[in-house]
Amino acid sequence: MRRREFITLPAKCLGGLLVYTLAGVPIRIQAQETMVRLPLRFFTANEARVIAAACERIFPSDENGPGAKEAGVIIYIDRQLAGPFGRDRHRYTKGPFLESVPEHGYQGKASPQEIYRDGLRQLREDFADLDAAKQDQVLRAIETTVFFRMLRTHAIEGMFSDPMHGGNAGLIGWQLIGYPGPLMSYRDDIDKNYGQPLRRQPVSLEQIVGHPVKGWEEERD
Amino acid sequence: MERLKPVDVVIVGGGWTGLLLAKEIVTRTSHSVLVLERGAPARDYTSTMDELDYLIRLRMMQNLADETVTHRHSSKDRAVPVRQYGSFNPGTGVGGAGEHWGAVSNRYRTDQFRLATHLREKYGAARLPENLAVQDWGVTYDELEPYYWRAEQMMGVCGKAGNLRGTLVEGGDPFEGPRSHEFPNPPHKTSYFVSLFRKAALDLGYRPFPIPTATLSQTYRNPDGIERPACMYCGYCSRYGCMIGAKAQPSNTLLPLLANKENFKLQTGSYVRRLIHRNGRAEGVSYIDSSGQEKMQPAEVVMLCSWTINNSRLLLLSGIGEPYDPTTGKGTLGKNLTHQLNQQVQLFFDKPLNLFMGTGGLGCAIGEFAGDPAGLDPSSGILRGSEIRANSAGEGPISSFGKIPPGETKSDWGAEWKKAALNWHDKVGQITCECAHLAYRQNYVDLDPTYTDKFGDPLLRLTLDWTDHEKRQRAFIGKHMISLGKATGARVGPLVHGAEEHYSVTYYQSTHVQGGVIQGDSAERSVVNPWLQHWRMPNLWVVGGSAFPQNESANPTLTILAVAYRAADGFVERYIKKPGALA
Repeated sequence: MRRREFITLPAKCLGGLLVYTLAGVPIRIQAQETMVRLPLRFFTANEARVIAAACERIFPSDENGPGAKEAGVIIYIDRQLAGPFGRDRHRYTKGPFLESVPEHGYQGKASPQEIYRDGLRQLREDFADLDAAKQDQVLRAIETTVFFRMLRTHAIEGMFSDPMHGGNAGLIGWQLIGYPGPLMSYRDDIDKNYGQPLRRQPVSLEQIVGHPVKGWEEERD
Repeated sequence: MERLKPVDVVIVGGGWTGLLLAKEIVTRTSHSVLVLERGAPARDYTSTMDELDYLIRLRMMQNLADETVTHRHSSKDRAVPVRQYGSFNPGTGVGGAGEHWGAVSNRYRTDQFRLATHLREKYGAARLPENLAVQDWGVTYDELEPYYWRAEQMMGVCGKAGNLRGTLVEGGDPFEGPRSHEFPNPPHKTSYFVSLFRKAALDLGYRPFPIPTATLSQTYRNPDGIERPACMYCGYCSRYGCMIGAKAQPSNTLLPLLANKENFKLQTGSYVRRLIHRNGRAEGVSYIDSSGQEKMQPAEVVMLCSWTINNSRLLLLSGIGEPYDPTTGKGTLGKNLTHQLNQQVQLFFDKPLNLFMGTGGLGCAIGEFAGDPAGLDPSSGILRGSEIRANSAGEGPISSFGKIPPGETKSDWGAEWKKAALNWHDKVGQITCECAHLAYRQNYVDLDPTYTDKFGDPLLRLTLDWTDHEKRQRAFIGKHMISLGKATGARVGPLVHGAEEHYSVTYYQSTHVQGGVIQGDSAERSVVNPWLQHWRMPNLWVVGGSAFPQNESANPTLTILAVAYRAADGFVERYIKKPGALA
C-alpha cells in the first residue's frame, strides 16, 4: 500500500482566481487565500510539483488568461495515471514488442505510468525550483519524446475536460474559450448567430444531468 | 464443453446487421433466434456527454487489450499490432458501431455495383492496372433500390432527393441513382459554417446537396411503429450514443421490436470463438459465456454478423473456406480488403463559427468529383474520385483546441502558442473527402502468425497500403478542396494528411474497412452469393461490410442495411420454404 501523498495548492489557484470570459475580458477575481490539501493517487508530492510546474510552462497563466495552474491540470493527470488509462487497461500490450515504421504509432511496452516515471527522471527532482527560462530550456530539449508529447496532450485535456475528471476547475478552461458545456439543445440556435459568437455561461455535465457522474478513471479492476 | 438446446437461427453479433436480421426473422416467422453479443447490454446515454471518455479515450469501442488487429504494408513486411486506436474504431456491445456512428446515410452510385464491368466497358481491360481486383456485386442498384428505401424508412433518413424515378430534382445530389421516393424526412437546418461552404460551391458552379443523415430533422414514426424525436444539435454525436434517440441506432430502432418476442433471445457477454461445421454444413457456434465457461450452441442456421473484418477472422479461425493467397490469386476468403483515404483542408476564418453545435451528418457535399467524372481515366492514373464535404458535426473543447495556421508560432506549447490557439479558437472549419478505395490483389486479410487475443487465438492481419492510384486521387481531390476553401473567403491551410507515402494506423480515416468475405456472382471469385449466403455452406450467412468487393466514396451503413434487408427477404421468403442454395 502506498504512503498517502498530498499536494497543497492555494485555493485561488483552483478555478476561482480569474474568470476570463465570454468576450475575453476578466470579470471576477476571487481573493481567497486559504490553502487546499488534496490527496494524490499516483504521484508523490514532489513529482506532482514537478509535473505541475512543467504543465504551467506548456499552458501558462499569463495576460492572455488562466492556465494549467488555475485549472488544476495536475489533479487531472494524477487521476488519469492512477486509473485504467495510466495502467494501460485498454491498449494491446502483448509482445513481442518490435520496432516498426512511424505509421504504426507507439509500439512500446511502457504504460503511461511508466512513461511519466521515466519522464520525471529526465526532468529531475529540482525542476519546480528552476526559473521559468531554465524550465523552458529543459522542456525544449525533450519536446519530441513520447513523454513530452503525452504531457502536452494531457495539459490540454486537463484544461478543457469536464471538471468531473479533476481539471478545468471552476469551468475556468471552458470560460477561457467560450465553450458552454454539454448543453442538451441548440435547436433554436443552429441556423442563427451567423458570424456572431454564441457564448453562454458554461455548465458541467453534473449540473446538466442533476446528479454526480463518474469518469472512466474511477473504474477499478 | 456443454452442448446447449438447439435453436433455429444463431446470430453472431448484436449490431446493425445482427439485430436487423433477428427482427426480420422473429417478426415474420416463428423461428427461434438467439443473438450472441460479446459486449455489454444496451445502455442509457443520458450521462455520456463527455468528450474525454468517449471521443478521446473511446469508451464505446472494443477493448484493444483483449483483441486488436495487426497491420503491415506488404506481404514482405512483418506485421505489428495496432496497439491503440487510430485509423478506425470498431464498436462493442449491443448495437455495436451502429451506436456511435455519425449517421451519414448515402446510397452508393449505380455503377458501383457493377464496377468491374463498368470500368472494362468504359476503358477496355487492357488499360486497367494489372493488380486491380474490383468485382461486380452480383446485385444491381435497381435490385437494391427497394431495400435502400426500406432502410431509409426504418432509420428515418433526412435529405433531399436529386433523382426521383429518373427525373433530376434541384437541390439534391444530381449524380445519385433514381429513387422511388423522396426522403422520409427533410434535410437539417443549415449551420453557419455549412452555409459558407454551400455558397462557395454554388459560386464555383457546383451543385451542393445536404448530406443524407439518419439523425432526425423532425419527430418521426417509422413503418415499424418506432417513434423518435428531432435532433437537438448538441454536438455529442459521432463516437457517442445519442442521449435522446434522435440518431438511428440498433438499440432504439430494432431492439424495442424484439424485446418481448418469445422466439427471440439476446445474450450479452458471449464471445464466439468458432463456427462448428461438418461436411459442408454449419452446426452451430462455440463461445465463452460471461462466466468464462465454453458452450456449444447448436443451430439449423448460423448468421455471422460480427462486424466487417471480424467476419473474416471467425471464418479463418473456423476453417471455413479457402484463405486467399496473393501470390497465386487462389482462395477467396480474405481478399479485397479496402478502406478509405481521408484528408482535410483547414479553413481559417476571421469570425467565430460556433462549431460546438451540430450533428454527425449535418453538412453539405458536392458529387462532381466522385465516381469517374470527365478528366479521370486510366491515362490520368485515376479511376475513381471522392465526394467533397463540409460538416458541422459538433466539436468538443479538447479536440478542437490548438488549430492554428501552420508556421504562425515556432512551438506548439508555451505562451506564444497559447495566445495564437486562443485567438483562432472556434474559427477553423474543415473540408473533408472520403476517397473511393479500389480493391487490389495485394491488399487482403489473413491470420497473424505471432500475435494473439486474450484467449490465445491468432489476431487478424491486415496487409494494406496505398498505391499510386490513391496518391494521385488524393492530389486531384485535394486541389479541388483547396479551391473550394479559397472560395469561402477563408485563409486556407495546407492539406492535412495529404502527402503520406504509406497507409497509417495512427490517425482516423473512417471506420469503413470493408471486404474479406465478398459477395459476387461466382464461387470462384467470391465467398458469399448475392444473398450473402456462403457459396459452399448454404446454412451459413455472412452479413456486413465484409461483403463489399470494393469501397465507394460514401459511408457504408445504409448499403450494409440494404444488402442485409435483401438477405433477410431471401431467407424468410425462399430459404425457409426450401433450405438450400439460393444462387
